[in-house]
Amino acid sequence: MEANVAMARRISPFLLAILMITLILSLASIYEGIDAYTKNDPASGSLYLTMGATTLAISTYLWFQTRRRMLKLSMAIQPINTTLECQKCGFKNVREFQRGDYVFKHTEDQCPKCNEKTMTVGSIFREVKEKEKAKEAGYS
Amino acid sequence: MLTIQQVSQLLPQGDVLSWIFQIVFLGIFVVFMFYGQRIQMYIMIREVEGSLFKLKMMRDEGRKAAINVIKEIGKPQVDPTAQVDRFLEYFAITPVDLDPSGIIWRLEHLLDVVDTRFKDDVKLMAPQADEIQTNNLENTLEVALVLNEIYKVIRHFYLLGKKTLSLYVIMQVQMVLPLIMKEAEAYSSALKAFQLGQPIGDGAGALVAAKLMRDYEKTKVEKDIVVAKVPIEGRTAYILKAEGPGANVGKPGEAIKQIIEQNEGKISLAIVIDAAGKLEGEKTGEVAEGLGVAIGGPQVDKYKVEETALKYKVPVNAIAIKEDVGDAVSPMRKEIFDAADGVIERIKRLIRERTKEGDFVIIAGVGNSIGIGQ
Repeated sequence: MEANVAMARRISPFLLAILMITLILSLASIYEGIDAYTKNDPASGSLYLTMGATTLAISTYLWFQTRRRMLKLSMAIQPINTTLECQKCGFKNVREFQRGDYVFKHTEDQCPKCNEKTMTVGSIFREVKEKEKAKEAGYS
Repeated sequence: MLTIQQVSQLLPQGDVLSWIFQIVFLGIFVVFMFYGQRIQMYIMIREVEGSLFKLKMMRDEGRKAAINVIKEIGKPQVDPTAQVDRFLEYFAITPVDLDPSGIIWRLEHLLDVVDTRFKDDVKLMAPQADEIQTNNLENTLEVALVLNEIYKVIRHFYLLGKKTLSLYVIMQVQMVLPLIMKEAEAYSSALKAFQLGQPIGDGAGALVAAKLMRDYEKTKVEKDIVVAKVPIEGRTAYILKAEGPGANVGKPGEAIKQIIEQNEGKISLAIVIDAAGKLEGEKTGEVAEGLGVAIGGPQVDKYKVEETALKYKVPVNAIAIKEDVGDAVSPMRKEIFDAADGVIERIKRLIRERTKEGDFVIIAGVGNSIGIGQ
């Protein structure tokens, strides 16, 4: 998996070359614009500066897009919780999921409140972050 | 006639840098005019390539996970890698549909054979695994198989597109790629759930049934299905679900058919609860009521319930718990878990409204029972 991610992080040399050329052109254009302004040619100056700034913005955006795609390749592991419920006093305890847990399983865990081995798995669930929920809600 | 002076006015008047700029922009214009479509195609190929790489990662991860879990649980004498690789290439040929008569029974037979074959293979690969672990391993391998299949299909279109340099070949895969990736990611997260035996979103119906039949005596009926006779609102309910906590879907259709026939059709109401695909914008865990048989999959079970319900004129109601395709195969979300109590209230209301005291009803919780006991 790590090797795969390392491979995914390699940027295409073709894309890198395009990005470099665009970056150089945009910087040169900005330089030309400033130069034109100092030589009292505001019309050319504005044109070059606009061109330079736009190209710089596009190349920066492209760069960040590439970075974002690379980061997306690593898969997120979401935590799974298990709720233990005491059948005697109703005490609830949430802990991380452990292999072998299943809903309605009678565990050997002791209830911290009534000190009896009456804890049962009440639920096993995955909680989704609020940010993702908001994205889902969208137009609802 | 244009003079040289007039023509030169069309060209940049400034220094060398201005010349370079003009030539570069003119060059870009010409390139896009003649090679625009080809550039677009290369961009699409790159996009598919990126997704293909991710799919390969998922496929390899699935294969590795399956091998590791077999070694860990099954404690085989020989390395199971070759057996797993053979399993990942399995295929089943669907029955002839040119003459649709009897296709359901032929499909059912095929599914039974596939299930038996898969279980036998898993037992050979993991001789030390118990029944629950065998079921979980079978599902883990099935997920790995699906990931392998998705990867191979996308690779086929990618290579075909590169070979033919046809925009339309690559375009058809590029257009559906976001949906395919979503499904593949869901299956990828299902791997962990099946390995560890965690409940998945598809088990929402089974969870409702489990909550209703808890503390009542259960009997095992048709293939991997458990039934409990539970008094609800003065009526007698036959509650059924796939046997858990192993990964099982059982044959709920056959079980419902048997219960109706055993009661000579004297069933006032049948309620089928299942997870259903939500539309974008709908909330996960939203509950909706409807009519008809809410059983997904290869339709065999749905057909059996429809046939029996028609024969004995049993009204079939459906309760759907809405969820995304990704949520259906990944560990159960809290919203889905919490929806189960709301479904139970709806079932009770339906029973009060649609039946009389002393009547018999069937409540079927459909879905994968992984991580859900009873």
